[in-house]
Amino acid sequence: MAVIIDKDNVILVQGITGKQGSFHTAQMLAYGARVAAGVSPGKGGWEVHGVPVFDTVAEAVEKHPITSSIIFIPAPGVKDAALEAMSAGIKTLVIITEHVPLHDELDIMAYAEKLNVTVIGPNTFGIISPGQSKMGIMPNSIYTPGPVGVVARSGTLSYEIAYNLTVNGIGQSTVVGLGGDRVVGLSFTDVLEKFERDPETKVVVVVGEIGGNAEEEAALYIRQMTKPVVAFLAGRSAPPGKRMGHAGAIIERGKGTFASKVAALTAAGAKVAVLPWEVAELVKEALEG
Amino acid sequence: MKLYEYMGKDIFRREGIPVPRGKAFFSPEGVADFVSGLPSAVVKSQVLSGGRGKAGGIKFPGTPAEAEAAAGELLSTVIKDLPVHAVLVEERLQIDKEYYVAITVDGARRKPLVIASAHGGVDIEEVAEEHLVKMHVDVHAGLQPYFGREVARRMGLPPDEARQLSQLLVKMYHLFRTYDAELVEINPLVVSGNQLVAADAKITLDDEASFRFPDWLPRVEERTEKEQRAAEIGISFVELGGDIGVMANGAGITMATLDMIHHFGGSPRNFMDAGGGAGTEATARALEILLSTNPKAILVNIFGGITRCDDVARAFARVKETVGIPVPIVIRLVGTNEEAGVEILKQQGINAYRTVQDAVARAVELAAGKEAI
Repeated sequence: MAVIIDKDNVILVQGITGKQGSFHTAQMLAYGARVAAGVSPGKGGWEVHGVPVFDTVAEAVEKHPITSSIIFIPAPGVKDAALEAMSAGIKTLVIITEHVPLHDELDIMAYAEKLNVTVIGPNTFGIISPGQSKMGIMPNSIYTPGPVGVVARSGTLSYEIAYNLTVNGIGQSTVVGLGGDRVVGLSFTDVLEKFERDPETKVVVVVGEIGGNAEEEAALYIRQMTKPVVAFLAGRSAPPGKRMGHAGAIIERGKGTFASKVAALTAAGAKVAVLPWEVAELVKEALEG
Repeated sequence: MKLYEYMGKDIFRREGIPVPRGKAFFSPEGVADFVSGLPSAVVKSQVLSGGRGKAGGIKFPGTPAEAEAAAGELLSTVIKDLPVHAVLVEERLQIDKEYYVAITVDGARRKPLVIASAHGGVDIEEVAEEHLVKMHVDVHAGLQPYFGREVARRMGLPPDEARQLSQLLVKMYHLFRTYDAELVEINPLVVSGNQLVAADAKITLDDEASFRFPDWLPRVEERTEKEQRAAEIGISFVELGGDIGVMANGAGITMATLDMIHHFGGSPRNFMDAGGGAGTEATARALEILLSTNPKAILVNIFGGITRCDDVARAFARVKETVGIPVPIVIRLVGTNEEAGVEILKQQGINAYRTVQDAVARAVELAAGKEAI
């Protein structure tokens, strides 16, 4: 078991002929993920790493039993690509692209809500259920199957944490990247609910950062969870009023501070690690406890 | 990108949202002439930070000559570290009531959010929650007049004002959507006689949508020159003032790297997220920006996913061979194409670190002037 994607996941790659789409298709195939088809308008009939390319999502879906799509389209075309995938009946969508306009994100999420589609991203590293399937740009080598669910706002920081878990002999059930934008498809709570229900997941790791109140909202749900939660937060030393890379990573008017998030998570019963490499230790304690 | 009030009011005027008669001036010349056509005037410095009234940035001159003098005075001031480049000279409104109305995005609900209050004219953060009307907009339905009538009802407005507010909200929402705004805010929205008028205009546009407005791009400088250079190559860079130059890939890991530098007793010079998938060219230019800040040491923390370690290593090799790297450099390199990247660095005499704690600790030592091991 895993959450959102498992070994039966059949993947479509939108933007498969581009530099990133092609490179990460090869990486996903190397991981053993079932990439069945790609879409690149005007390039129907091509093959990329042995994967057939179609002009439209509708055509790809007619010819292959696709369950999910990953989007590597440049930002101006993401809304079109996402709505195309959803219109073709795809129910799980991973949007890797960063710099997607805010209003396009609003349109994508409104359509996803209407059609009951799970959207991961935009501006995410994707999702991986180690040993089963991978839709994303994360390095293949740093994961191993196991009992820990990881949900993160940020990509590379989650690599750091997952890598540390793996070298400490602790595997992961699923690792999900929410995405760094102000409007993304899933909240921490959405993913925590899935981990809470997943029998294979025993401990959950939340990787958050300063800005907004996503971690504070997550804390409300963590209170009710039966599974232990370990958290790590980036931005302890960030000065107020400066946007630290992510659109949402800014302390405004004293809100979204490191202290407020640590307080909320601690009060909810989560263990908060001070340094990234302490996460593995806290997870180990939680698994043994 | 935040727009100045006068830019916001130009857009309001174009969208049919009532604003006071007014004009922006970049020098005092012509102010007296313009003011002589108004019953009474206000001169407002154009700055992006709030609280300009308290900072002395708004003047109420009695005569056209006084208005021109006030404009000259304001144009030579610096408010909260930013020089004033423009003043907005406007008709001074009779103010009977002050309301608040804004449209923004609620990230948690993934929907546009209208916030309104009959208690406007003050910092909205200080208005009690029970005096705020908050209603989400369904982007499929759009903001129709009924929505504005309901907002007005909840605000407790009389019928004539309710009708005007409803029309105003429809126009504000149209602007919000067509200009790709993150925020459209009017505070105060004043009742002057029996007219609703936008006495202020605060618009923030989404930088990510600027490709949709190739011919119409207001230039508002909020960045330092180096931050601007970084933005041009798609890299997020913030100057912080310590002595260790930092480059990492990904906002979260960059923030965590700064935190770790603090933890080991060091002090970062900057935040630099070289981004996902930065190639050799972009990485080399980012490194040149870092070098131009004259750090005592440079710490690079790359966990390659979409970024490939060999691309990053090649960038360092190129900069080292062409312009040289005159300060100690510590590179932590793991992830996609790691072996190739480590090998390229080795040929340059740079040993890459695998664990971040070793790399950060080393960079802090080097910046403190400790001998190389």
